[in-house]
Order: sequence, then structure tokens, then C-alpha cells
Amino acid sequence: MPQQVPRLIVVFAVAIIALLLARWYLVPDSFGEVGHYRAVAVDSIAARPVKYAGQRQCAMCHGDIADAKAEGNHRGLSCEVCHGPAAVHANAPMDTTPVVPRGRDLCVLCHAYNPSRPTGFPQINPVTHNPRVPCNRCHTPHAPVPPVTPRECSACHGEIATQKSLSHHAGLECTTCHNAPEGHRENPRAVRPTKPTNREFCGTCHASGLPDIPQVDLATHHAGYLCWQCHYPHNPEAR
Amino acid sequence: MADTRHDEPPREGGVDRRAFLTDLTAVCAGTPLLLGLVKISNAVPVPQEGGAYDPTEHWYGMGVDVERCIGCARCVVACKAENDVPPEPHYFNTWIERYVIRTNGDVEVESPNGGIDGFSEIEDPSTIRRTFFVPKLCNHCANPPCVQVCPVGATFITQDGAVLVDQDYCIGCRYCVQACPYGARYIHPEKHVAAKCTFCYHRLRDGLVPACVEVCPTGARIFGEPEGRPTPLTRFMRFNDLQILKPYLNTKPKVYYANLDFEVS
Repeated sequence: MPQQVPRLIVVFAVAIIALLLARWYLVPDSFGEVGHYRAVAVDSIAARPVKYAGQRQCAMCHGDIADAKAEGNHRGLSCEVCHGPAAVHANAPMDTTPVVPRGRDLCVLCHAYNPSRPTGFPQINPVTHNPRVPCNRCHTPHAPVPPVTPRECSACHGEIATQKSLSHHAGLECTTCHNAPEGHRENPRAVRPTKPTNREFCGTCHASGLPDIPQVDLATHHAGYLCWQCHYPHNPEAR
Repeated sequence: MADTRHDEPPREGGVDRRAFLTDLTAVCAGTPLLLGLVKISNAVPVPQEGGAYDPTEHWYGMGVDVERCIGCARCVVACKAENDVPPEPHYFNTWIERYVIRTNGDVEVESPNGGIDGFSEIEDPSTIRRTFFVPKLCNHCANPPCVQVCPVGATFITQDGAVLVDQDYCIGCRYCVQACPYGARYIHPEKHVAAKCTFCYHRLRDGLVPACVEVCPTGARIFGEPEGRPTPLTRFMRFNDLQILKPYLNTKPKVYYANLDFEVS
């Protein structure tokens, strides 16, 4: 054996041992067991404490309230939306009590008028809507219905009301065009109001020859389309 | 004169070229095999205990119905409580953006303190064409750029599809914060490591949904699995036209939006 070979073997051996040592020292335990990460990290993240107990946990003890809530318009809400994280309370019910929000601050987070909210979501203007009266004096938060049926459609349809009030249709009542059945006020999505379904309805004003109202000839004005397909009746663009 | 070098006899005590090359090949082939043994020993699958959570059987995603979001930001509050997110503004695992699209096409986006304190009144309401809220969070991409750039393997996608940060191993280099095209990561001000939405991974193992989904009053957030077993997300995906954010980046997000405007990115 030439003398270079033992030397080369030594060099290789040292390099390999150094590599293995470096690997053993630098690569943490469980790295690469499942992927390019420490497998134990997944378990430590999974072991973090749960703060929100979940709807089912609440209903186990507070079944009566859960049943009442399941019937009302707040049926989709989890208890902890308003009462805060309650896992600590669920594990030791006597030790802590979840918050019971009173006053007006919490309700208006969802129910204050905001034009970005979806149309039909019940919204009020907290400045004008019974100022300084706590919401739960009139509304039951676990099964809310309007205490008095809203006289004004704007109680829920705030954005439409605002737009209409700025438009040429400001003088029209909602009921001029819509027929809202009584049930719509308490079950807004189950019972829907009617909408005009033909051109002749708009034509009662706009093809009537009345002065100061924009007039069209229904026979020639884009026949085949319904009016709302081009015009937004709550804020018509003709000024 | 003919070249005779190949025919030279081996020198005294030497080795011929052919034998040397053969040995060298063997060494070259053997070294990676030897090193590979380390890897192979790691690849032996660990048997699961009976009935234990098996991450390979799940693949999580989320649906967001923009049409239902009322911008109350209860999800942001719940997320901060559940995950000990620093209370200051700028640290969010999830947050709510308000879009205002003007009649002249201008798009205004704002998210004051993630939406927790509510949104200011919109100026000049007569020029609004559309306005709506968009909940944002980590998209838990199936092809996550943040994972690709991590130099130490401290961020990763689990077998059940959650992109997580190993905060005990993260070196806080901020590469992943830069790499995320959705701005979903931040550096934790006290731990000095990357932090982000975990899909409330600690809740999933217990069969609970993420805190933001739990508290959403209008059901704008839907949690489940986009493929495989039937979940609420499966139904959501079947009945809605879906969009994902920045599809051209090929990140394959697993947060699916319904009723989303094209202005949103």
C-alpha cells in the first residue's frame, strides 16, 4: 500500500467524523422525523392552553339559555362572543364568572349603523336610538326581537335609507314600491318583502306625462330590460 | 514515439492507476451511503397509539364569506385572547380591512387597530360605489413561501396543513416576514421570534374550531377541510364562487373567499 492511501483514509475519516459530530451537535432532536422541522414543536404548539371553551361546553350547564338562544335571531352566536373567553370558568365554574356586558358599548359593535355592513343587517344609530338607555332594557340579548316593531324600515336598512334620503326618490315611502308582510319585521330573512317586477310599475310615474319627472317611452326605451337592471331605484342617477 | 505511460509497471510499494480509481469510486459511493444511514434511521415511522390524533388524516382550510362580515372584529379580539397576541396595534394573527370603492374607481383600504376599535365614518358618502369588510389572516398556503425561505427550518407546514412557527428554534431573522405576500407574519416584540396565525392548532387537536370561527356572530368564517371528509367548508366551497388572494403567486392558499371583489388583494 502506498503511503498516500493511509493518509487519505485518515483525512477522510477525520472529515466524516467531523461531519457526523457537527450534525449531531447542530441538528436538534426530532428534526427531520416528519419533515424539515422539529417534530416535537408540533406537540408543544398543540399543547398550548385553550381559552375559548366553545359553544357545546357552555350548553352543557346553561342548557336553558342555549335553548332560548337557539330559537332567536342570535342563534348563530357563540356565548363567548359577548361573555368573553370562558375555558377557565368551564373547568372550574365556581372560581371565576365570565363577564356579563351591560350598557350599550358591546351591542353597538355589531349593531351601530355602518355603510360597509351587509344590507339588511339590523343597525341603529346609537346617537339617536334611545340615547343612554341600556340595550337590555328593551331587548333580550339571548333571544332578541325588536320590542316594538320598527316603524321605520331604516331601523334595519340604514344604508338604503341614507342613500334614498339624498336622492330624488327621498319623498317616496318604502311602501310605495315594497309590500312588507307583517312577519318580515320579526323574521326578516324568512319572510321577504315584495319588489316591483315589471316596467309598467315605474312607468306609473316615469311614463305618465307628469311634469318635473323624467319621462321615457316604455315602448322604445330599452325594451326587454327591467328598470332596475340599469337604474338603482334607491339612488337613481338622473338628477 | 509511442506513448508508453499506460503500460508502465507499478512503482515499488505503489498502487496502479486502475486499482486506485476503483477504490476511489467505492469510497465516493460509500460516503453518502454512510451519511444516508443517519437519515434512514430517522425515517422509520413511529407507530400511532390507538385512537390518537393522526395528522395525516386531516388537511385544514378556511372559508370566508365577505358578504356576511359585519366588521365587528370580535374575531380579532378572540384571536388575541386565545393566542396571547400582544395587545398593541400592528400585531395581528387576523385582522379586518374595510374597503371603500369610490364611483371614480379609487380604492381606500383601512384597518385601524385591526378593526377592534371600530371604523371611522366614511367621508363623502355620496361618492361610495361599494364598501365592505374583508377579514384577513394567514392563508396557510399549501406552497408557502415563508417556509421556503426559513434558513433553519423553524417554520413549516404540518401534515394536516397548518403553517406553524417553532418559536423555540426560530432565530428571528425576519426572512419569513419579508417573504409572506399576505403580510400575515410579525416579529413578536418580547420573544423576538416570528409569530402568526396557527389555525388555533391547539384547539384543532381537541376537536374545537379556531377561536375566530367560534366567535364570528354571522358565520362569515367557515372552518373545515377543503378535500376529503365532508365538513362545513366542503359545503361552503360547493355552494359559492370562490376566490383566493394573489393566485398568480402560486402559493396555493387554503383560505377561500366568497363574494370577494376583484379590488381585494
